[in-house]
Amino acid sequence: MSGVPQKRSLLVADSQLTKRNAAESRFKIYGLAAIGAGLFFLVVLLSQIVMNGAPAFFQTQITVPLTLDPAAVAKAEKSMMKTAGYRGMLEEALWNEVERGGIETQLKSPKELREMISAGAPGNLREFALADEGNQGTEVRYTFAASSRVDGYLKGRVTREGSKDDKGIRPEHFDLIDALVAVGVVETRFNLTFITGSDASDVRPEQSGMGQSMLGSLAMMFVVLGVCLPISVAAAIYLEEFAPKNRFTDFIEINISNLAAVPSIVFGILALAAFIQFGGGKLEIEALRASAPLVGGLALSLMTLPTIIIATRAALKAVPLSIREAALGVGASRMQSVLHHVLPLAMPGILTGTIIGLAAALGETAPLLLIGMVAFVQTDIASIGDFFTAPNVGMPAQIYIWAQRADGAWYERAWGGIILLLVFLVAMNAIAIFLRRRFERRW
Amino acid sequence: MPLSWIVLGLLAFAMAGFFLGRARATRAVQGDARKLHSLPFYYGAHVFLMTFVSAFGLLVFWMAAQPSVIGWWIGAGLEGEPGAITLQLSEIKRGAAQLLETGTSPYDAASVVGAGAVRYAGMVQAGHLFMVVAVVLVALGGFFVSLRQVSGEFRARNSVEASVRGLLIGASLIAILTTVGIFLALIFNTIEFFRIYPASQFLFGTVWQPSSGGGAMQPLGLLPLLWGTLFISAIALAVAVPIGLFAAIYLAEYATPRFRNTVKPLLEVLAGIPSIVYGLFALLTVGPMLLKVFGSGGLGWMQGASSVMTAGLVMGIMLIPFVSSLSDDIINAVPQALRDGSYGLGATRSETIRQVVLPAALPGIVGAIILAASRAIGETMLVVFGAGAAGRLSANPFEAMTTVTAKIVSQLTGDSDFTQPEVLVAYALGTTLFLVTLGLNLLAQKIVAKYREQYT
Repeated sequence: MSGVPQKRSLLVADSQLTKRNAAESRFKIYGLAAIGAGLFFLVVLLSQIVMNGAPAFFQTQITVPLTLDPAAVAKAEKSMMKTAGYRGMLEEALWNEVERGGIETQLKSPKELREMISAGAPGNLREFALADEGNQGTEVRYTFAASSRVDGYLKGRVTREGSKDDKGIRPEHFDLIDALVAVGVVETRFNLTFITGSDASDVRPEQSGMGQSMLGSLAMMFVVLGVCLPISVAAAIYLEEFAPKNRFTDFIEINISNLAAVPSIVFGILALAAFIQFGGGKLEIEALRASAPLVGGLALSLMTLPTIIIATRAALKAVPLSIREAALGVGASRMQSVLHHVLPLAMPGILTGTIIGLAAALGETAPLLLIGMVAFVQTDIASIGDFFTAPNVGMPAQIYIWAQRADGAWYERAWGGIILLLVFLVAMNAIAIFLRRRFERRW
Repeated sequence: MPLSWIVLGLLAFAMAGFFLGRARATRAVQGDARKLHSLPFYYGAHVFLMTFVSAFGLLVFWMAAQPSVIGWWIGAGLEGEPGAITLQLSEIKRGAAQLLETGTSPYDAASVVGAGAVRYAGMVQAGHLFMVVAVVLVALGGFFVSLRQVSGEFRARNSVEASVRGLLIGASLIAILTTVGIFLALIFNTIEFFRIYPASQFLFGTVWQPSSGGGAMQPLGLLPLLWGTLFISAIALAVAVPIGLFAAIYLAEYATPRFRNTVKPLLEVLAGIPSIVYGLFALLTVGPMLLKVFGSGGLGWMQGASSVMTAGLVMGIMLIPFVSSLSDDIINAVPQALRDGSYGLGATRSETIRQVVLPAALPGIVGAIILAASRAIGETMLVVFGAGAAGRLSANPFEAMTTVTAKIVSQLTGDSDFTQPEVLVAYALGTTLFLVTLGLNLLAQKIVAKYREQYT
């Protein structure tokens, strides 16, 4: 320090103290800014998910009066492309509605309405026509899905400017859609198919849904619960309560903590090699085949194993020694003291850890890709065996498939799928928090 | 007999054993349970375990061993080169499977394959029959032996507890088995890969251009992938470490308990979001945003939405809670006495943090950062969407590059022929990834453990 410091009151800040205080508040601001940045990213992420995904839960529908002519149905059934005839009927019905309403359009024939109708709608009409003879011959108000372009236009995803080079839709169509919306023929409704349906082919995003993949994920969660939970709890009990302190148990512990940090894709490689190539191939176990939720569940089980072991050990450790000593004191064996007294008391903690581990497994995608759970799936699940072994996808895998299709309508579906996935994750975590709050005991 | 019936039958039989064992124990002491060594339950459980576990173990073992044994048996009778024998054997297996299912063989019974298929099918049926007989015999044996053991003096509890303990040990061995499985799965296939592809070309190659059916000539160089991985991880850490660390410092040192209890869980939500969500976020939100600024309309450095920067930034966001939670724990573990000493000497809070708390916590924080790096290197779904598909060695962070994990996915998905180098290379990549992350994890654990020792 240069010069002799002047004698002044401590209560008056000198230049050095001002500087130090400024540094202090700067430092504090850095911290707040960092937290602010983290929260900002969270808000941006969540709002992006909601904004992009919410439209997937709504679908543009067209409702017109329609009379199914039995002769036309019979003719359509005879031709090679059965749905082509039904498409004609839909185009005709919509065209009639346009003419009846006196709506002006530049389009010249019913055939030109084709771009407005979902590629899957004729198939649905066919099902409707063949389901009941009574549906034929009388006039019904029939509702069918509009094409994804029309849907996107009403949701703002497709714009007139952006569609100039689009062969799938023309400006005349946009004019007609606007007119039809005004008279209520075209309207946007809640899309139940998105929650209950299965995947649909490339050209029919409006008919795809997450239902099938939810079943796949459910099957995998059952496998994880059935395989992973008992094994991890047993392993944790041994390591925490019985294992002698020696090199071997040290090795197991290091092993488990390392497994917890192994990248999930490595578990995919393991599942591919151990279950599909070795178990299904070499040992010819039929249930272990590619794309089966059973294999996916086993892969996720191995991945979740360390998480639940660590959580269970923490829960067991939290039970005070006095419980064990009291049990031993009245003549219980060590095994009895653990199984009859310590384990029940640790149960809430174990369940909480299990649910959190399950939630992590539910959102995991990478291992599923390697074991082939990314196929296009429309499987009928007829029995419990099918539920676990018929080819299926998981929710995140379904999102991956849709995102891979690289098209606005499919991206919308993918975001919508994410909303559903997050709903499940939030629900599971909420249950875990509830369990912890409700049953946690402080000793 | 279908498998589920065998298992169900075994279970029912063992349950019957449980009740018989319990009843026999009570009868042996004329209903006076005090004269028994163990509670009656344990006598029943003893019979149950002896009956079920032994028979079930045999069943599993037999199911696992039968196909290999029969295959080896039939294969020994075939003549020709090893490759041809394998081919014939798989044809025989297919024929036998069809024979068993439909009753008709697709092959002429006089040909080698046809005759083999008939023999194979016969052996499968015989094997199945033997298995059922053996399982029933073992179950009966266990049942009668254990039932005879039941008497007032028999220490049933000790026996049952020893078995349960064995099961517990077995369960904890599964953790080791998993590691062994990972090792075997990676090592065998990696050796297979290096047998048909030169190791030096993989390890030091600077070009990554797999082509279907390209054999050993196609360039499968590791370096571009490794570079992409490290580049993205570095950007991610550059985002996550400052934000995470400052957030942790604020939460640990400045925040009121109420602020802390609200903000910390909120930040941790970021960690609970699946990585595929971040992947989509990178591809559809962050990528296009960066493209607006750095793309052809702006600075012209960026070609498409996928780039090292896109993936790195989003991965950084993903890692913020990881860094902040770990650092928070570590900063909280620094003894209060160190802070008090510093305050006593007149230091301000930030001076205390910078000059006392952080240096004390440094080893732990370094461990946390290493763990975060290991996470970043192993992250898959985010880079599949955010980083791009082409392997490239470039210093421009706005270019699309790819990573080890993304290429494992792309080489192993779809219809894969597991004899081609462009598929097997995925295992070599997996081995690289596993070794790198394992090394980082061990290092981080060592550092953190040492740090813990220091202050407890």
